[in-house]
Amino acid sequence: MIIKRNAADMAAALASGETTSVALTQAHLDRIAEVDKEVHAFLHVDSEGALAQAALADKKRAAGEKLSPLAGIPLALKDVMVQKGIPTTCGSKMLEGWRPPYDSTVVSKLRAADVVILGKTNMDEFAMGSSTENSAYGPTHNPWDLSRIPGGSGGGSSASLAAFEAPLAIGTDTGGSIRQPAAVTGTVGVKPTYGGVSRYGLVAFSSSLDQAGPCARTVLDAALLHEVIAGHDPKDSTSINAPVPAIVAAAKNGNVKGLKIGVIKELQGEGYQAGVLNRFNESLELLAGLGAEIVEVSCPYFEYALAAYYLIAPSECSSNLARFDAMRYGIRVGDASGVSAEEVMNLTREVGFGREVKRRIILGTYALSSGYYDAYYGSAQKVRTLIKQDFDNAFLKADVLVSPTAPTTAFKIGEKADDPIAMYLNDIATIPVNMAGICGMSLPSGLAEEDNLPTGFQIMAPAMKDDRLYNVGAALEAALLSKWGAPILSHVSGLGARA
Amino acid sequence: MSLKYEDVIAKYEPVLGLEVHVELGTASKMFCGCNTIFGAEPNTQTCPVCLGLPGALPVVNEKAIEYTIMIGLALNCSIAPFSRFARKNYFYPDMPKNFQTSQYDEPICINGFLDVEIDTDEGIKKFRVEIERVHMEEDTGKSLHMGGATGRIHGADYSLLDYNRAGIPLVEIVTKIVPGTGKYAPEVARAYVAELRDILRSLNVSDVKMEQGSLRCDANVSLRLIGSDVLGTRSETKNVNSLRSVERAVRGEMIRHAELLNKGERVVQETRHFQEDTGLTRSGRSKEQAEDYRYFPEPDLVPIVPDATWIETLRAALPEKPSTHRKRLQEAWSVPDKEMASMINADVLEIVEATVNLGADPAKARGWWLGEIARIANEKDVTAADLPITPKDVAEIVALVAAGELTDKLARQVIEAVIAGEGRPSEVIETRGIKVVSDDGALMAAIEKAIAAQPEVAEKVRGGNLPAAGALIGAVMKETEGQADAAKVRELLLKHLGQ
Ligand SMILES: [Zn+2]
Repeated sequence: MIIKRNAADMAAALASGETTSVALTQAHLDRIAEVDKEVHAFLHVDSEGALAQAALADKKRAAGEKLSPLAGIPLALKDVMVQKGIPTTCGSKMLEGWRPPYDSTVVSKLRAADVVILGKTNMDEFAMGSSTENSAYGPTHNPWDLSRIPGGSGGGSSASLAAFEAPLAIGTDTGGSIRQPAAVTGTVGVKPTYGGVSRYGLVAFSSSLDQAGPCARTVLDAALLHEVIAGHDPKDSTSINAPVPAIVAAAKNGNVKGLKIGVIKELQGEGYQAGVLNRFNESLELLAGLGAEIVEVSCPYFEYALAAYYLIAPSECSSNLARFDAMRYGIRVGDASGVSAEEVMNLTREVGFGREVKRRIILGTYALSSGYYDAYYGSAQKVRTLIKQDFDNAFLKADVLVSPTAPTTAFKIGEKADDPIAMYLNDIATIPVNMAGICGMSLPSGLAEEDNLPTGFQIMAPAMKDDRLYNVGAALEAALLSKWGAPILSHVSGLGARA
Repeated sequence: MSLKYEDVIAKYEPVLGLEVHVELGTASKMFCGCNTIFGAEPNTQTCPVCLGLPGALPVVNEKAIEYTIMIGLALNCSIAPFSRFARKNYFYPDMPKNFQTSQYDEPICINGFLDVEIDTDEGIKKFRVEIERVHMEEDTGKSLHMGGATGRIHGADYSLLDYNRAGIPLVEIVTKIVPGTGKYAPEVARAYVAELRDILRSLNVSDVKMEQGSLRCDANVSLRLIGSDVLGTRSETKNVNSLRSVERAVRGEMIRHAELLNKGERVVQETRHFQEDTGLTRSGRSKEQAEDYRYFPEPDLVPIVPDATWIETLRAALPEKPSTHRKRLQEAWSVPDKEMASMINADVLEIVEATVNLGADPAKARGWWLGEIARIANEKDVTAADLPITPKDVAEIVALVAAGELTDKLARQVIEAVIAGEGRPSEVIETRGIKVVSDDGALMAAIEKAIAAQPEVAEKVRGGNLPAAGALIGAVMKETEGQADAAKVRELLLKHLGQ
């Protein structure tokens, strides 16, 4: 069945004429129609638009035009990324019905590469969460076990891959929102170097931490997508004006011989599920077997990363989300004669934002208040600098650093809904990467023996060394595949098995 | 009965602080490519960035940075090697993002000064106004409150929002406190704004039109008992839209403060709005409880690190200072200090210069602008520059007088007519049939009539009493309704009487 192939294989099938983009797109739309009632990965499916893009890609191919490697391949777009004319809600009631009048740079690049956008995927409201339960439109279910969360905030994107509703997806990662969902769905996710992919048109949660990146079922697919969306954008002042590293070449190389791989002492042990640690250690052994040198490194300030993150991200979000005031777009509540603009703003924000978003706005507003700024926001920025230094020191000893991606496998929907701290701890291993602006990848490392659910292996590399992620990731992926004999997603026990 | 100004200054010392906002004359906005043309249809000069749409990101206008550095250099400031934008967070419907991108503790220009001169009874006095900072920010949109009696937000039925102005580059120039001006505080405030305006005009960075709001002044005033070194509570008067209003606002606030203090009452720290019609201020927002703007560094923009050689290039290219330029004009025109001061005070120097540049004699040009035209301006309660008469008109009139085609008296009629909107001088002369009576025959008839009416005077003139001829010349001028050239009349009269 073609939908179970990798994007690279689908691309080959299109190139050889085995199938067309329209057929491929239709197959995915059919799959969405079949399973998404249960998975709820999508908030909006643009069948018409997708088929039109597919037809255009087929037409270009028939005309012999030079096409990008991913031309005609379908993709799922996280609903935080604006696409002209297509509803964009960010998982929030606040933006219900809003159709952006412009394309994000990522969407422009996807269009230029003739990638077919199937629709918008579910997410925690404004990307705040680790389970996709904070979506105003209901949770997404993990295809491995529909009673479990698919991770978050980009649970919709990763679940769509694991459910074979799309071969590729775009996610965004502020504290782990690409990598943690990848880990708990048995897929691959990459948070590129901060500034590596334009944020123009990515609805901001925390501007200094947000980064869009590729989600896929294989390392090579992720690399192919990464290459399409990366590069300098004059519309984003924080975008890096330097050549994109040779990531596709690195994903095809996959050679770790002589590489130093640093295991971060602080990102294991207490709080990590045994099965997660076992799969992590097995992966390390495989890498050592391939000729990598495994060293231990210490990052003492990571202890404070989570606390600092929960000051910086809410501070920025309190300001970024101020614009949702009912004046220009989105919903408007309480607009009656005699009601002031201020009251309409209050009523709209009361109704439009969910609990977690309000919690973070309040937290951030407090952290930035005069009298508290230095103690909270100021101290958090200092911690951020120390975390960067930890990474700098660690990268003197190792080419890449590794850790489990998430401390546990997917938990049950509702299990941690009333315990924000327990929820926040999901991102303990992914947050330092965002704080330092470096890059990170999560790829499947097997199934935990306790629950037979996927575990994630995280690789971290210095800023603008994203190619190292793909080199190491490809090597480990190949070793694991030969060990397993079949891709991990072939073990999806619930929904995927029906395909 | 309000307190007399003399009584205020006998007891109190005023302390000034001036904040001037200048809209830069860049072709595009501060953070996007939108046009900045004044007076366009509402909301036609907007885009996702200046409307603050979700996902949009700012990009700094390089020209705005260049202009701001030029302003800083012209005001003798240091240019910060590293400065940053910051977000000033507050909710208002005309502010698309509900934060203003501004500069806070890291402004681009700091520690400058501007010397101003004022003309006093004790001669020309010099004051140095120290500049604390010059920083960049973006303007807000405009609200138009409809219905309701006051045009203010309270009591309005609804409001219309125009975002054309949102994102226009603004530069804010803030003085340190200005003590020691004594009774001249209102004049110093005015002279400072005038000098600043002239500098900005010479730099060609703004059209500095106070009436259109491209230069706006907030005047902070406080009083302290003479001899005290404790600062009094200040009020901040906004909406001061002309040089004259700056002076009136400061004087008015000094009197208002003194009245309160004399009654043993407290001055409230607040924003006040200047009323052009009454010259008084009305209470605005109280600032007793300082608003918490929760400033933090703008994460969407990178720090400004201007190249040192670029700064030196800009410094080298600065135009002649208006004060130097004035000295040069004063020498070239041989004008005494006092007259120069009155030209500056009447704000006609620039138009006089323009008139001279069109060929008029400096003394004559000065005479008209400071005399007849200033008188009419005064009557109409506007400045000479605001009247619908141009330097070209005045140059033309000066030339006609010099050629003997107009007498001074006729010239005054022409000026009045031009200002009344009857057309350009040539048109006025044409339609009104104004011309100097130079026909010797007609003049001789009038002379003979005058002699016949006052034979005893004619006798005195015949007897060598030449000053007595004045009465006869006057009679002739009256007879010819002023259309005769008095010198010509005198010549003919004396000749006729044998002198
Ligand atoms: Zn714009």
